[in-house]
Amino acid sequence: MIKDREPLIFELTEEGKSGFSIPELDVEEKDHIPEELLRKELKGLPEVSEVEIVRHYTALAHYNYSVDEGFYPLGSCTMKYNPKINEKTAGLEGFLLSHPYSPYELVQGNLKLIKTLENILSELTGFPFFTLYPSAGAHGELAGMLMIRKKLELRGNPRKIVLIPDSAHGTNPASSHFAGYDVKEIPSGKEGYLKVETVKEYLNEDIAALMMTNPNTLGVYEREIKEIAETLHKNGSYLYMDGANFNALMGYVKPAELGVDVLHLNLHKTFSTPHGGGGPGAGPVGVAKEFEEVLPIPVIKEMDGKYLPDFNRPNSIGKIRSFYGNFGVLIKALTYLLEMGADGLKKATEFAVLNANYIRENLKSTYELPYKTRTLHEVVFSEDSFKKYGVKTVDIAKRLLDYGIHPPTVYFPLIVHGALMIEPTETESKKTLDIFIETMKKIHKEAETNPELLKEAPHFTPVRRLNEVLAAKKPKLKYKEEEE
Amino acid sequence: MRYFPNSENSVKAMLKSVGVKSVEELFSSIPPSNLTKDKVDYGKPLSEPDIIEFFKKLEGENKVKDYKLFLGGGSYFHHIPEVVNYLSMKGEFVTPYTPYQPEVSQGTLQATFEYQTMISNLTGMEFSNASLYDGATAAAEGLLLAWRVTRKNKFLIAKSLHPEYISTIKTYIKNLNIEFDFIDYDEDGRVSKDDFNKKFNEEIGGILIQSPNFFGIIEDYKWIKDKIGESKTLLISVIAETLSLGILKPPSEFGTDVVVGDAQSFGLYPYFGGPTLGFITTSNKKFLWEMPGRIVGETVDAEGKRGFVLTLSTREQHIRRERATSNICSNQAWCVIRAAIFLSVYGKKGLRELAKQNLIKANYAKKRIKEIGIKIRFNGPIFNEFVIETENAEETHRKLLDKKIVAGIPLRWFYPEDEKGILLTFTEVNKKAEIDELVKALEENK
Amino acid sequence: MSNLYFTKQHEYVKVEEDTAYCGISNFAQEELGEVIKVILPETGKKINKGDEVCYVESPKESAKVYAPVSGEIIEVNSKLDDEPELINNDPYGDGWIFKIKISSPDEIKELMDEDAYNKFIEG
Repeated sequence: MIKDREPLIFELTEEGKSGFSIPELDVEEKDHIPEELLRKELKGLPEVSEVEIVRHYTALAHYNYSVDEGFYPLGSCTMKYNPKINEKTAGLEGFLLSHPYSPYELVQGNLKLIKTLENILSELTGFPFFTLYPSAGAHGELAGMLMIRKKLELRGNPRKIVLIPDSAHGTNPASSHFAGYDVKEIPSGKEGYLKVETVKEYLNEDIAALMMTNPNTLGVYEREIKEIAETLHKNGSYLYMDGANFNALMGYVKPAELGVDVLHLNLHKTFSTPHGGGGPGAGPVGVAKEFEEVLPIPVIKEMDGKYLPDFNRPNSIGKIRSFYGNFGVLIKALTYLLEMGADGLKKATEFAVLNANYIRENLKSTYELPYKTRTLHEVVFSEDSFKKYGVKTVDIAKRLLDYGIHPPTVYFPLIVHGALMIEPTETESKKTLDIFIETMKKIHKEAETNPELLKEAPHFTPVRRLNEVLAAKKPKLKYKEEEE
Repeated sequence: MRYFPNSENSVKAMLKSVGVKSVEELFSSIPPSNLTKDKVDYGKPLSEPDIIEFFKKLEGENKVKDYKLFLGGGSYFHHIPEVVNYLSMKGEFVTPYTPYQPEVSQGTLQATFEYQTMISNLTGMEFSNASLYDGATAAAEGLLLAWRVTRKNKFLIAKSLHPEYISTIKTYIKNLNIEFDFIDYDEDGRVSKDDFNKKFNEEIGGILIQSPNFFGIIEDYKWIKDKIGESKTLLISVIAETLSLGILKPPSEFGTDVVVGDAQSFGLYPYFGGPTLGFITTSNKKFLWEMPGRIVGETVDAEGKRGFVLTLSTREQHIRRERATSNICSNQAWCVIRAAIFLSVYGKKGLRELAKQNLIKANYAKKRIKEIGIKIRFNGPIFNEFVIETENAEETHRKLLDKKIVAGIPLRWFYPEDEKGILLTFTEVNKKAEIDELVKALEENK
Repeated sequence: MSNLYFTKQHEYVKVEEDTAYCGISNFAQEELGEVIKVILPETGKKINKGDEVCYVESPKESAKVYAPVSGEIIEVNSKLDDEPELINNDPYGDGWIFKIKISSPDEIKELMDEDAYNKFIEG
């Protein structure tokens, strides 16, 4: 279709147009506050009709790829299908219109919902206590590390350093830093999992905790995690587990049984709540029994069928945000858990692992697999098989877009050169996987015979490859009328 | 199972291709000692109709629909135009991933750029990021930005800041060797000039002022910037009710350096407090590289056509890791789209009209309540909420609850010594008849 | 350019008596891509060989620059604030990052000269 790019809403603006509908004021208008407190003008907001608004945002929607359209093989993101029943339950008016400062007796449904979700997550992971307030995985990590620090402080010494493997997601060291810790990076073993011997080398009285992702970002199960937990505990240190990859473990492993002290989960990954283009998510944190006293406030308590928030907790780390977290996201996760049931979750894990291994098996003769260890729900390939053609991982990714497939995670984990991290999840059919495998093979051949095609990709998307250098050097973050 | 798109035959074929007999074999890398012997069980799975019944029952245990609500305090009832729901609920806005592959994410990126434009303009600033979790964490991030920029670790925070914002800031700064002192408020409910003068000095890295503040009072604080003078101290404005920007002077007119807050009023339901929409904006280009979170910027593609990308990315955790300006990764992206649509619908004229109605209704209520002899605690001008005093606030609150009225928030819930104060909020959704009913009930239960 | 010495992490020193200009090699800037931001160190800072001193950033990477030798930073190239691309265009000239007063001249012997470095990057 020959069509111009959709303009900015400000470029559709014309004075006098409007899209709003406001009832007449039913109270007498009077001069209530001094003129000097009022703003003289409201520049820079649109003036458009409802028709144009609908057309505009519909056009923008068309520019977006989404899970509803196709698959996202993004490693460690678990971009599974977002069930539509989640939207219905989360859209019930009684939830939408409940104010966080309502008297508790008027919002028992909400408080019960929070408690119900906590209990199911406890059952799934083995941790007796959960907090559902963290609004993202990183927020959960921060809350978790703050709780670990508080526990250590109560024992007399918060210590100074957190150990983090080189395959970890960037939020791990960042969250540790904001909890007041220095970070020491430790090497993963040659087979892709962390060795307890390595941990012992770095362990001393300054080590507050180790943060581990299990399975890790290579898709490899951390088989020495139990021994690592024991070693840490002997040293008076704690074990934090990043549960971003929990989709590989449901029904098989309860992390609390491994000796993990604190775990976060990602509801917008494992538990099917939609990504929304980057959020909102939720990062609930499960903790071992001894951490109950440091949980963020309020803690919802149930007594005789009544639910009440408890703020009177002297050793709590305090509030990590306002109100009760991303409550709307919690409703969707609970809906998913109730629909799947324990057996359904286990099946999800099994199909996720099968799908990932199917891709691994069928691409390993074309792409280079740097770690030969068995992987679970995701697999990582390196750039080594196509580097010699002068083609980079980013070029492979951009060419996939031409085929209507979203690329895998690229350049992460850092320990693999030009990494391509692939996680199909369980909600993809064999047919989709076959198309993906075929396309990846085709692109590899293109890399060999026609590298320029890849370097100039994508060719068929709404925009071609974008100049990120220009965006960073000359930051233009808002529309300005004069410049157009 | 409806979310597993594979038939038994497909599964068999895949197992064969992988070279295993059963799917359990694929878990052989997990040591048997790690496998749980404690089967997960939390009840039978529910069918769709059963799910709807379950949640309708839970919904039914919320009694809010039966009550007249005069609630605010950082979460506001405003009319959300139908198109906001209709458009934001499109699968292409609800289900995509973060726009790390911008070529197939121009919808999210352009809508976010439009939001950044609107929130920058409303706050009088030049630059905005693409959202933070909420107003409380945004306030904390604003303080941390000032800490990085000034290299000072002492701050002044207005005591009239939202108490949950203060609590959250405390949690965030606790382990970073940062401390703060409160600035008291005067009998107008505004930041006390005397107390500020006592406490301000060159060691202060930043000052946080909320307007309208938690008590609903509109601050007039140009004098703060004058007092700061040449000192390297950042003025940070906090806004919990962004609708006020429709009619009140933007923070830029007070010389503010950074604006933070919660834009929940722009298209988000109260939703028991979340998801809401944290924001941060600034005018100083030097602060750009210290901003937390994702930022969308304009650029061109290989054919010279305009496009949008996530930019200044090295600030973030996935690149700088422990050196990042924040640990934030996922933000409130979908809420940003709702805000952009909401602001497009109301636009220049509508937002002002909406804000005006809030201001007038609240002041009408204030006048009427004053007339029946109830004390209005503060003399300062208000936007859409204010504090009244009764003999026993919680008792008054309870009595009105019996009449199916939620008469605001007893301040004792936040300040244990405050037995008399109640924060009442009036927005455009409160009809005159409702307000009159509240006044009558208050009169009968003074 | 016989006063250029290189580290295995692709930093260089351009020695001038007891001071040296430090930066990243041409190979490093090519690998990194277009530099959009440099986080400069502070003058007066005392550094040891191998310390993380400063950072050079492309749109997608924040590369660490390690001290090639020990000493005290006596000057930083503040032109890089507005023109970070100098590192790409002239890494050994106008693209220098910081100047140090060398404290242990023997450390230079541990570095690679230009020929050895060229062999190193080919391997």
